[in-house]
Amino acid sequence: MKYLYYPGCSLEGTALEYNASTQAFMKGLEVELSELNDWTCCGASAAEATSFLLSLALPAYNLAMAEEMDGSKEILVPCSACYLNLKKVEEKCRKDPELHDKINTILKEKNLHFHGQVRVRHLLDVVAHDVGPAKIIPRVKNPFNDLHIAPYYGCQCLRPYPVFDDPEEPRSMEPVIKAVGAKIHPWNMGGRCCGASHMTTKPEVALELVTGILKAARGADAIVTVCPMCQMNLEAYQKKISEKAKEDLHMTILYLPQFLGLAMGLTEQELRLDLNLSVTKNFRAKL
Amino acid sequence: MNIAENMDIEKVAATLPEPVTDSLAVIRNMVSACIQCGTCTGSCPNAFAMDLTPRQLWYNVLMGDKEAIFHSRTFFLCSVCYCCTLRCPRGLPLTEAMSALKQTAAKENLAPYKKSIRFYESFMESVRRHGRVREMEFMTLYFLSMKNPFIPIQFVPLGIKLMGKRKVFFEIPSKGSGVLESIFRKVEALEQG
Repeated sequence: MKYLYYPGCSLEGTALEYNASTQAFMKGLEVELSELNDWTCCGASAAEATSFLLSLALPAYNLAMAEEMDGSKEILVPCSACYLNLKKVEEKCRKDPELHDKINTILKEKNLHFHGQVRVRHLLDVVAHDVGPAKIIPRVKNPFNDLHIAPYYGCQCLRPYPVFDDPEEPRSMEPVIKAVGAKIHPWNMGGRCCGASHMTTKPEVALELVTGILKAARGADAIVTVCPMCQMNLEAYQKKISEKAKEDLHMTILYLPQFLGLAMGLTEQELRLDLNLSVTKNFRAKL
Repeated sequence: MNIAENMDIEKVAATLPEPVTDSLAVIRNMVSACIQCGTCTGSCPNAFAMDLTPRQLWYNVLMGDKEAIFHSRTFFLCSVCYCCTLRCPRGLPLTEAMSALKQTAAKENLAPYKKSIRFYESFMESVRRHGRVREMEFMTLYFLSMKNPFIPIQFVPLGIKLMGKRKVFFEIPSKGSGVLESIFRKVEALEQG
């Protein structure tokens, strides 16, 4: 299996471990990733809050560059915000030829043309469906039979485009978590919002949302995520949240490829577990 | 209750500019089939913090009540989770309509939303300069634009943690390669055009 790879800006900064673990995990499965040359920002949630056209032009620029690359026409994206921005331009251009032309007028500034020939895929979609339990099970070296995992999907890999999972009751992570022996923590918070960038501009609102998620995860050994924004919101404010809630809500938060990679015998160093902001002593004791 | 982002209302009240009215017509079209059922409000994870519920906001959009809309903090409290869009029985693009309200507020630089507007603009400025966002530069630009020393102080503990892990580095804002400059310019020209 081969994919083009779009890491996105967070994976070069606050989510370095998501980048390292995605690459290590995929290598372990003999999946080949070719990073998109000279990729740029997808616009995140900021372009959309300032300009509709810019919020489509930025991802379209990257997809147009992807079309010029040889090899796979499927582009793997680990960050849910990047995924949605890239997916959105793919979907909108297909349905709206006038908008498609307008986007290409902009891309002409860079001598590029977006044809609509690449398919945008979220990492979770690829892990759950292209890789799947069948390729993971034979590679498991450390089965996690004692662990209960709360799968957290967040919003933007599920909605508004229900590409690979149920956007209300997501389940796609469960078979791959079970493939490494772990049990699923029963909860209904997997697709609930973490507050996204409210954590910076309206922290009181985002903290409330994250508190609800951490409380619902009580009893689990870890929450597993597939988005840098979700990961940061869930892991970085646990002390403050615990103090305010007057109970210990500390919880291990791992990226999905980190968790699966550990079971496959990849080292903590390869998966950059040292960069996570919340891995509890209890969790470490069970590894 | 309808004080947006704790800012001075009187200043904006008299000065909502003409383009606000024009862009409001577009947004009104987006929600024109709204039946006021309230599914959006029931689905919204941030409704608890809003002064107008999403349903009430759409009512005001349908009525063209720009004073009520642009004094509400509701649309900048949309965290783009798409629950309302998914569930709306009329299939309306409600999340996009929320974003269109944010875009209008940003274009007209409406004072009540200064904090959110500066935050997103600082992010885009870093992207415009370097092609990729530099997280520390973006936060520095944001702090500088807010001119309020108490805002950066809240982020010191996390900043130190992230620098300790070598995930982010102290960065003085710089000019960059301007790789996306022509795209930004073309978008601006089309939008004015």
